[in-house]
Amino acid sequence: MEGNHVAVTGGKTLRGRLSRVPVKRLLLWMPAVLFIGVFFYTPLAAILRTGIDAARESGWESLPIRRAIDVLGFTVLQAALSTVLTLIVGLPGAYLFARFDFPIKRILRAFTLVPFILPTVVVAAGFEALLGSRGWVNLALMQSGLIEAPIQFLHTLGAILLAHVFYNTSIVLRLVGNAWERLDPRLTAAARVLGAGPWQAFTRITFPLLMPHLLAAAALVFLFDFTSFGVVLILGGPAFSTIEVEIYIQALQALNLPAAALLSILQIACTLTLIVISSRLSERAQAGSGRVGFRAARKPGSIAEKTAVGVLALMLCLLFFLPLAAPAARSFLRTDPAQGARSAVETGWTLDYYRELFHNRRGSAFFATPVEMAGNSLMAAAATAVLALLLGIPAAALLARPNRFDRFLEPFLLLPLGTSAVSLGLGMLLVFSRPPADWIRSPWMIPAAHSLVAFPFVVRGLKPAFAGIPVRLREAAAVLGADPWRIRWTVDIPIVRRAILSSSAFAFAISLGEFGATSIIVRPDFPTMPVGIYRLLSQPGGLNYGQAMAMTTLLMLFCAGVVLAIEQEKAQT
Amino acid sequence: MHTYPNRRLIRESAHAARIRSIFGTVSVLLVLLLPACQKANPERTITLMTHDSFAVSESVLQQFEQAAGAKVIVLESGDTGAALNKAILTKAAPLADVFYGVDNTFLSRALEEGIFEPYSSPLAESISADFRLDPENRALPVDFGDVCINYDREWFSSQMLAVPQALEDLTLPEYEGLLAVENPYTSSPGLAFLLATVAHFGPEGFADFWKSLKANRAAVVDGWETAYYTNFSASSGKGPQPMVVSYASSPAFEFIYADPPRDEPPTASLTGPGMCFRQIEFAGILAGTPNRALAEKLVDFLLSVPFQEDIPLQMAVYPVNPQAALPEAFLRFAPLPETPAVLAPDEIRAHREEWMEAWKEIMLP
Repeated sequence: MEGNHVAVTGGKTLRGRLSRVPVKRLLLWMPAVLFIGVFFYTPLAAILRTGIDAARESGWESLPIRRAIDVLGFTVLQAALSTVLTLIVGLPGAYLFARFDFPIKRILRAFTLVPFILPTVVVAAGFEALLGSRGWVNLALMQSGLIEAPIQFLHTLGAILLAHVFYNTSIVLRLVGNAWERLDPRLTAAARVLGAGPWQAFTRITFPLLMPHLLAAAALVFLFDFTSFGVVLILGGPAFSTIEVEIYIQALQALNLPAAALLSILQIACTLTLIVISSRLSERAQAGSGRVGFRAARKPGSIAEKTAVGVLALMLCLLFFLPLAAPAARSFLRTDPAQGARSAVETGWTLDYYRELFHNRRGSAFFATPVEMAGNSLMAAAATAVLALLLGIPAAALLARPNRFDRFLEPFLLLPLGTSAVSLGLGMLLVFSRPPADWIRSPWMIPAAHSLVAFPFVVRGLKPAFAGIPVRLREAAAVLGADPWRIRWTVDIPIVRRAILSSSAFAFAISLGEFGATSIIVRPDFPTMPVGIYRLLSQPGGLNYGQAMAMTTLLMLFCAGVVLAIEQEKAQT
Repeated sequence: MHTYPNRRLIRESAHAARIRSIFGTVSVLLVLLLPACQKANPERTITLMTHDSFAVSESVLQQFEQAAGAKVIVLESGDTGAALNKAILTKAAPLADVFYGVDNTFLSRALEEGIFEPYSSPLAESISADFRLDPENRALPVDFGDVCINYDREWFSSQMLAVPQALEDLTLPEYEGLLAVENPYTSSPGLAFLLATVAHFGPEGFADFWKSLKANRAAVVDGWETAYYTNFSASSGKGPQPMVVSYASSPAFEFIYADPPRDEPPTASLTGPGMCFRQIEFAGILAGTPNRALAEKLVDFLLSVPFQEDIPLQMAVYPVNPQAALPEAFLRFAPLPETPAVLAPDEIRAHREEWMEAWKEIMLP
């Protein structure tokens, strides 16, 4: 508690010192504000203005306000439910990663990010193989006589929620897990010595200390679920609609820009409210984070502990590997029977689909090998990570000890994450297709659009880490003669480097998974791996499907490999 | 004690150095690599805006580029509806010189919005009048394809069930739960199939048909990929439904891309009278292009025999040019329906929203 007290008063003196040089503070804000102003607010304003102008012409009464409110209700409901479920699954996982070492820890950790990048069509195929009406689970249940008819899974609310948990648990695992790992276990030990039970120690010590990180993770998860598109469209089926799906239909299929603008404004209002609330809550919960550079993970000791760790790790494996297993297995497996042998399903193992990926059978002008696509993906992802960190690190450092101006600015910088990618993409089309910014065909537009989504991740991931830097260390460095920049490099950055690596892993994953407006803006021939998967899946034929699964498997391995490599750094502490 | 922060600083700065060096390396790599992916531009370029399904053989495209002395830049801009809407949205400052891929369900909107300027290509004269829907030649037909129901041949023969002969048959009890259709709001074949039912049953009668289809447990999914690979039993996805709304050409692709190779595809199309809807795709010169002469050459190329003969195997649709020969797999396994459903583009434009709304109230209450 004493450390906490010192951090607070220290924060005040630091804040006092910084507020004497507002110019410096403004300079630090410049990159992020400029970038988001140009790449987010200008296009957004352009598309909303177009929509509002059109609404003035056609009359306001034609706007589907009733429908919009209905859709908003469902959007909030499913996002709230999904967030709660994701936290329930993610927290024990975060504890597991923070406190214990076990054999496949690093690989499992890397793979938890894989769902994040997978195209929804492929995830849907994985879930169908597992939970569909002819999936393994239903078959097993029917054979055991527990049920008579298969349980409907696809096109239910349950499918949407499960997919959201599958996609977003890694956010909780990483943001909360990293903080938990840094938490000094002696705090709880002391509480236990003083007579607190394990539950009391958790609720009174651990939970309050984790609160800011938990809120940061919950806000990100909620925003992702709130703007969910593919999951609702494909796994939820046509009976469900979120604001994002509705915007897509109105803007791109019906070209009803007034309706799309109305929905976008509703969505932005909700996002802003949510970000403001979560920031306030998170500030109130802000606490010092104990010792720095502490590593509390250990091997499980007692048999009970070993069992608990084993069960928890197994459950995470089931959640993350099983839905991924179906497409992976399918990429090596020829299930189409040879002619006339329909009943005896032939299960031949094959590498043909992988070989075929390198073979331009059609002589297509747009053919690219998986290596070229991986290269394109990697370039865009690396550019995204660097850009998001360059913008995000100064912003997070400022927001860790904010003054009134910073607090006011924050929600506006995080807004891109909770804004319709469709609206934004169309706005970019309007703004960047003519001078003075005729950039729409430049390959740089891809990392720029990805960075808009990655930036809030970097900020939310780094803010609590910066806030947890003990002021004494900075002061000591200053006393020893280090100038402010030297303090940044030698004190701040090393302490937050775990969080930096974690954030860059997210930035990579966001870019590899083609999040945000890139799928909406036009693109010249710059095929990335997800684009390759969609191309293969858009035509009939067993060979095309097999290749799509092979490409998916490569994408998964590629993502896991990149994340492992990034986090390799982290293991070397 | 007083040495503690000092030692710490030394250790931490080693980390900082490492991070700095990683950043440095990545930044240098980026600066070196990203310009490399902007391919060197020859003097002249011509830009083609199209949908994501566009494909062409490298050799065919190169022939044109050499003959015209210009490089073709292809902007893939989303599915059919999205690509057109992007072209409309940017008509004041067009992103491209030629647009290819507006179909007859969206043609009226494209013409009303005035995104095209007329071009009477000499090659258009030999094309059947059935395809030339714009008398002013702003949009010229390039290809066509029929949206039909595909069925799982082996499933029907193993169940000894006759395949439906007309749309009405789909509501019979023996076909209960056997058909997957796409949502017309999010899928172009879904919209085409809805239009086929409107053409067949009339604007008054089609709603009753869909009510019966709903009662007969037709599955509704978002798009073609899901319907075909997740729901359809004869595709590699091995789904639950043996009938799916797809294209007349799909069986030919199932034959060409069969794995292992087979003598006949596992699927076939239901091509009875009025069961299929004909989609015709058009191309046009975007109004205001500064490259009118090259744009004309590109449109001529799209209508020329080499590109037209390339169409079936690249994009799974049929060429409109009668001189273009069809590949063997198309002749054998992708027969054209004799009497596809037809609706005038103006009628579609006038009533599309209303028909879709009616469909939605029945299928997605």
